[in-house]
Amino acid sequence: MYVAVKGGERAIENAHAWLAEERRGNTDIAELSIAQIREQLSLAVNRVMAEGSLYDPDLAALAIKQARGDLIEAIFLIRAYRTTLPRFGASEPVDTGIMACDRRISATFKDLPGGQVLGPTFDYTHRLLDFKLAADGEVPKAPSRDAETGTVPHVTEFLNREGLIEEAPHDDTPPPDLTREPLEMPADRALRLQALTRADEGFTLGLAYSTQRGYGRNHAFVGELRIGSVPVEMDIPELGFAVEIGEVILTECETVNQFTGSKTKPPQFTRGYGLVFGQTERKAISMALVDRALRWEELGEDNVGAPAQDAEFVLYHADNIQATGFLEHIKLPHYVDFQSELELVRKLRREAGALQVQEAAE
Amino acid sequence: MTEYNFAYLDEQTKRMIRRAILKGLAIPGYQVPFASREMPMPYGWGTGGVQVSAAVLTPKDTFKVIDQGADDTTNAVSIRTFFQRTAGVATTTATSDATVIQTRHRIPEEPLHEGQILVYQVPIPEPLRFLEPRESETRKMHSLEEYGLMHVKLYEDISRHGHIATSYAYPVKVEGRYVMDPSPIPKFDNPKLGDMAAIQLFGAGREQRIYALPPYTQVVSLDFEDHPFEASKADHPCGMCGATDSYLDELIIDDAGGRMFVCSDTDYCEARQATGHKGKDAA
Repeated sequence: MYVAVKGGERAIENAHAWLAEERRGNTDIAELSIAQIREQLSLAVNRVMAEGSLYDPDLAALAIKQARGDLIEAIFLIRAYRTTLPRFGASEPVDTGIMACDRRISATFKDLPGGQVLGPTFDYTHRLLDFKLAADGEVPKAPSRDAETGTVPHVTEFLNREGLIEEAPHDDTPPPDLTREPLEMPADRALRLQALTRADEGFTLGLAYSTQRGYGRNHAFVGELRIGSVPVEMDIPELGFAVEIGEVILTECETVNQFTGSKTKPPQFTRGYGLVFGQTERKAISMALVDRALRWEELGEDNVGAPAQDAEFVLYHADNIQATGFLEHIKLPHYVDFQSELELVRKLRREAGALQVQEAAE
Repeated sequence: MTEYNFAYLDEQTKRMIRRAILKGLAIPGYQVPFASREMPMPYGWGTGGVQVSAAVLTPKDTFKVIDQGADDTTNAVSIRTFFQRTAGVATTTATSDATVIQTRHRIPEEPLHEGQILVYQVPIPEPLRFLEPRESETRKMHSLEEYGLMHVKLYEDISRHGHIATSYAYPVKVEGRYVMDPSPIPKFDNPKLGDMAAIQLFGAGREQRIYALPPYTQVVSLDFEDHPFEASKADHPCGMCGATDSYLDELIIDDAGGRMFVCSDTDYCEARQATGHKGKDAA
């Protein structure tokens, strides 16, 4: 006897209640605070801010807590919140030349004005599990010195003086806004960079890696990688001048890429660019490599058919919120479409079967 | 959390969506790009339909949500609850009482009337997408009315299988101009698309497209003279209400693989049962 399935509403409520319980875990264990997540899982917080396109460490930490540590889910929470926020205006472009750098390295010059500053990096750690951390997390104070003040010149500027690297002329064209206009092709570089900075880290990393392995190779040197805080200024119309409204931490990567010249350009180094919220250097480097690969057309290079050269492929598939939503929607009921496929397959099989019988008879 | 605006979206966003809807109505079957917002439900779960519904709902509306024809499937429940919470509109399961019906994968069995709006959730709005993955190319094909590829695909189906092997999301031509994806409704529903009294709006959130069919629009399912379009369904009456004219779901009811067929449109089935119709499996 068939009873129509009812009670979707109650099932959903109960599922949510169970989810909340699972999120909390064993109540004998102290609950995580937002501040703990913000301070001690800061790289996760940074990723959520970067791909969520919202610079707010506390909200990102809250999202991570609510999402049970599922970062894509946390990014989704931030995006859905962000889209409801009213817009007061846009800031002035930030000047990364005046960044207070926590980290600044160049792979192309051994030493340079501003120096090499390793900063808080995993780079030269030996990846050995530190069992001390399991017992107690207290750390001795790190040695310190006074911070350098003043501007830190970009490495590419030195190359530029010799004309060895392509010009990156100043451009005041207002960039398109990916969050307010539908993404349409062809996308200019500003729009591509905007999409890449919020793109999924894993997807961007995979694409960047593919260029290194020969799918659209553009041999990149990390001309410079810098991480630090920059002031954000906004023009207040009532005042008639820009005032500083806060600071953000950014990771900026400029790659210097081999280029042997083309019909339209002389041999010189070319640039790839990555700029991402927070300390997110894997993402920033990946972004710079993919940016460079996508520039094949303007540089007069060959399109070798590599995925990373294909702007439509990259930009339409890089957003993990779009991707995960569509991927996971196949969990939803598809009884109706499946039923019509069932009918069709049965019909085709019937006819194929009849044909075989007929052939056997002949 | 602070209060949200009526039907969640802010008025600026609604205005942007309404403009896209009006453009869509003015050019039936044409896919209008719109700046789809992140919604508090995932892309692919009806965000396009939800944004369109949010843009057309007024406080006086009565709202119905179906998924696979049913009012009580989980995602239909979730979307209905969303608008109850954010818009406070009245909701119903009765097709004729609703002023706005959001649907996924079905058109209600009961004919819609003037003044109603049917909002479809659309996963892939581009009917040419699986023939040509590039958006830049497919937009060009639409603007040049270059639909040869689609006809070749349908022809190849016939030469290979003896039939057009598309059973849902069956492409249609609108007013002799645009080839349109009717969303993944079974082709059984295709004949209802044309000449409908209600407004039909299609929202694809992730793909950032809206398109529309104004009332009484000519909509023709693609076919060939010698292979005319045929709406098909399971060749059974409904086990619960005995209807022979409704689209049926197939259920497996025992370990031996016993099957029964029931209306996918739960409102239609229940209304028939309430007026005394009885199928062979009804208690």
